[in-house]
This record gives sequence, structure tokens and C-alpha cells, in this order.
Amino acid sequence: MPEHSAGEPAIQARGLVKRYGRITAVDEVDLTVSPGDVYGYLGPNGAGKTTTLRMMLGLIRPDSGTVKLFGRDPLVEGVSALDGVAGFVEAPRFYPYLTGRKNLELVAALDGDGAAARIDESLEVVELVDRARDKVGGYSHGMRQRLGLAGALLRDPRLLILDEPATGLDPGGMRDMRLLIRRLADQGITVLLSSHLMAEVEELCDRVVIISSGRVRYEGALDDLIATTAGRYELRTTDDVRAAQIATAQHGIGDVARDARGLTFAADDEHATTALSLALGEAGVGIAALVPRTATLEELFFRMTEEPAAPAPAQPALAPADVAEATEG
Amino acid sequence: MSAVAAPRVRRTARGRPGIGTVYRWELRKLRAQKRTYLGLGAAALVPLIFVIALLSSSGGPDDVPFGRYVKETGLAVPLVGLLFSSVWLFPLITSLVAGDIVASEDNHGTLKTILTRSTERWQIFVAKLLAALSYAFAALVIFVGIGLVLGGFFWGFDPLTSLSGTPISAGRGIALIAASALAYFIPMIAIAAIAFLLSTVTHNSAAAVVGTLILSFMMQLLAIISGLDFLRPYLLSEQFDSWQGLLRDPTDWAPIVHATWVSACYAVPAVVWALLAFLRRDVAG
Repeated sequence: MPEHSAGEPAIQARGLVKRYGRITAVDEVDLTVSPGDVYGYLGPNGAGKTTTLRMMLGLIRPDSGTVKLFGRDPLVEGVSALDGVAGFVEAPRFYPYLTGRKNLELVAALDGDGAAARIDESLEVVELVDRARDKVGGYSHGMRQRLGLAGALLRDPRLLILDEPATGLDPGGMRDMRLLIRRLADQGITVLLSSHLMAEVEELCDRVVIISSGRVRYEGALDDLIATTAGRYELRTTDDVRAAQIATAQHGIGDVARDARGLTFAADDEHATTALSLALGEAGVGIAALVPRTATLEELFFRMTEEPAAPAPAQPALAPADVAEATEG
Repeated sequence: MSAVAAPRVRRTARGRPGIGTVYRWELRKLRAQKRTYLGLGAAALVPLIFVIALLSSSGGPDDVPFGRYVKETGLAVPLVGLLFSSVWLFPLITSLVAGDIVASEDNHGTLKTILTRSTERWQIFVAKLLAALSYAFAALVIFVGIGLVLGGFFWGFDPLTSLSGTPISAGRGIALIAASALAYFIPMIAIAAIAFLLSTVTHNSAAAVVGTLILSFMMQLLAIISGLDFLRPYLLSEQFDSWQGLLRDPTDWAPIVHATWVSACYAVPAVVWALLAFLRRDVAG
């Protein structure tokens, strides 16, 4: 078991900054991954995710800030900081003129410490035994992803840093990858998972960080993030325009938006919702559906990462003239 | 993927791999690549072609040291070969691997793979440099060895006449040829260092190989410009003839000493620069 200080976070990044010329790829990123976490790292393309992961693995020097793995800084302590840490950034790469097995033997040799003894098991776990003696140059993208994971498992890691591990896998492969990650997490391995697949993150991760344009937009528990959207409702009526007027004027109801499917609004509490229902009924507006609605991770992700100039998904509930009419009514 | 539980084999004693382990794997990687055999094949083929040319001609290269003796004793064949090969053959063979061995990691995207294991960057650097030098040395040994074997086969191992006019016996001649190869290797080390530097900083194998060759040719060009005679003793290309001091009687060590420090003046800054670049580079690709 690789030694590390008890109680140290698996990953602790403070004030990480990386610039490329005028572009700030990572801008004051703070994050903490505790041992045992399955931590999702989300962001659009170019947000700085891979750059951050590269800094964690010592492949890139930050311009400022620090990152520590179990209390060890890769830039200060060299490869000893990577003890118990494994993973890959972007697509795993191997020597195309060597077989899959030879590639694993090579990286195991660079690991030492009995890693070579885990080659057979690792190949079995990722189901590459039958292709292990073929040259990697003939591998599909999915096979290379699996070989990358096998290479990571050789290190008997306590922390896995995986950059979009399901990319390029077929649906069955994606499912199996999720199952494997879940199993590894259940065994106590900390996992930092960069992914575009919201369903995957929602299924696997306890905590997430959402990054956009190099800056952290959210860091915390996934459940807490979802819960911030509690108190919203969807409403379908026989007269959405009239319903929007009434809702906008109603005490305790706010953030009313109208789209092709109906209305959405935020309510302070159940009393406000009840009062709105009664008001609609008195106004002769029939209610077809009134359901509580929690935003999905995908919706929250886009809400946090899209540029302000991007068009809003729903049209404004009321034009100024409608607001004036509702107020007078 | 398998439903079998992920492996949880516990590590026993901590043991990090040393430079030897990395070096052995660099050699294995070289053996697995077809381009490796281009340079070694050329090193084997050129002396064969030279001997065939001698056999099919009535005379020999009388205007170079030992040229007049190539058809009298096989001991002269590898020595004459060394003279001709400094122009392009060994700079090319040397740079073929030294110029590729770091840049190829960028080409394959494998630098991130090997730098996230339990081996320090400087260990990988040293192992690669040693592998490049080993390759160059192997090519030289093949070249000299085949030239010696073929020369001996066709013309025997009669005594060689030294540059001082004294006879050199077969046994001593072979020993001096081996020593000459070692002296010849000194500027090759510097060529390899320059190619290695270009490989490290350009991240491009072709640029490193071609750049090294251009540098080599430029030095040869400078050597023949009469107004720049003061430069000649300090040009790397001129150090390939230092071995001739071994075939004088008494042995003239001055050219070898000179070649050593001149080559060091090229090699040491190149290696230091390459090391710093390798240690500090961001692996972004």
C-alpha cells in the first residue's frame, strides 16, 4: 500500500493557474477530492479540464498555485508524488509497433514494485486477453481506452484520474466501464472522472466540479447542486398567456418563463402554489398539469457554462404591456 | 468488461526501476522498429560495397592515408572506410536514432504515458541518450567489423605500414583498429548529442535528423574555405581523423586529446540544454 499522510485529501488544488500566451486555460481553480470520493469534473471543450488533470499528474507546470496528491506535490517530490496514483489524460497512447502485452510490460517495468505480476489480471478485467498479442497499431479506439485502463490498474492505485474513459466505447463498453468504475470506487479507490456524459456523472459521482473558461462555476456535492433547483414547477393550462399574467402578479411566485410546453415558475412554498391554483381557477383558466420540477445536471451544466450572449431556451413570460395589464387586473 | 473484481494485489517492498531498466526497454523499442535496421543495414552494406568496388577495379584510393595498402592487407580496409564515412554516413546513422528517440514520443503521444509512471524524467532522459549512443556505437562496430572480416578474407592480414612508415603486425593492427574506432566514436558522441538536443526541443524527428545533417555538412563546408582556416581545428567534422595519431610511431595522442575536448565543447552544452528542456517541458500533447 503506498504510504501517504492519514487525513490528507486525495487531491487538493489551490489557486491553480495556467496560461498559454494571452489565453488563461485554468484560472484560479480550487478543488478538493477526499479519499473515497467519486468526483466528476465537468466542463465544455476548452474549459481547462485536461489542462488541470495534466497539472495534477505533473505533466504541466502551473504558472501559479499548487496541486497535491495525498499531500505530495508532483513538482516538488517528483514521481513519489504519483505513488498510488494512476490514470490517463485524453486518449491513452501506446507504442503502435509493440503488442498490447508488450506495452503493459514496458509500463510495468517503469513502475517496478511487482506491477508486472498484475498484467494478466488487468488484461482480464478490461477483456483484452484475446488481443494482447496484437500490435497496438491495429487496435480500435475503444481497445486503446481499455488498454489505458489496464495500464492504470497495474499501479494498484488509490487514486484514479480518468479523462473521459468511456469515449469511443460502444454502449456495452460504456456500461461495463461504469460498472468497473463503480466497483473500484466501492473498493475504496478515489476516482476523479472527467466526462461529457451527464448520465454517467449522475450515476457515478458523489461530488462534482463544473468548470468553464478555466474558472470553477460550482464545486460540491452533486445532490446539493440538484437541490438548488428545488421549488420550481411546470404548469400546463388551457390559456398559458392568461396563466402567465396571473402567475407573475401572484405573491410568492417568481421567475415565470413560458415555452412551447407551457410555463415554468419558482414558488416560495406550497402555499404560493396553492394560491396560484385557486387564482387560475377563479380566472377560468383550466390546469392540465402542475408538477414539481428539478433541473437535470445537464440543464444546470448548460446554465452555468453557456456564455451570457447565448439565446435563452424559453421566451420571456410576458411583454411589458402584459405586465402592466396584469398589474391593473 | 469482465465482471471479475478489479485486481487488488498489494504491493510488497517498494522498488523503483533504475536507469538500467529504462535503458533495456529503450533498446527493446529500437529493436522493434524497422527504421533501426536502416542505419545498421547501411553500416553493414557500405563496407561490402567498398570491397566489391575494390575487387572490380585495378587500383585503389591512393590519395588517402592507407589507401595504397587496401589491396595488400585487409587491415587497411576498415581504416580507409572510416575516412570516407565521416562525410555523411556516420553523421546520418548517428542522427537517425538520436534525432528520433525523444521526438518519436511526441509523434506517438507516449510521453504522457511514460512520464506518469514511477520513473523520474532524468532517468528516462539518460536512458534514451545511452540508447542513442549504443546504437551509434553498434553501427560503428558493425562497419569496422565487416570491413575487417571482408578485407581479411580477400587480402589477408599481412602487416600494415603505419603513417610513420613502420610495420604493424596483424595482432597489433587489429588492436589499433579497435582503438581507432573508439577514437572515431568521440565526435560521433557529439553528433548524437546535437541530434538528441534537436529531437528534444523540436519534438520533430525529421527536423532533428535533417538539422543535424545540415550542421554536419556546414562544418565540412567551412573546413574547405581557405579564409576560415583558423576555424578548422574547432570544427566537429575535423575531429573524425584524430584516430590517425594512433597509427603513428610513436603514438601521437595530441589529435585524440584535441578531438576529445573539442567534441566535449559541442556535446556537453547540447546535453545540458536538452536535459533542462526535457525536465521543464510541459507535456501538453
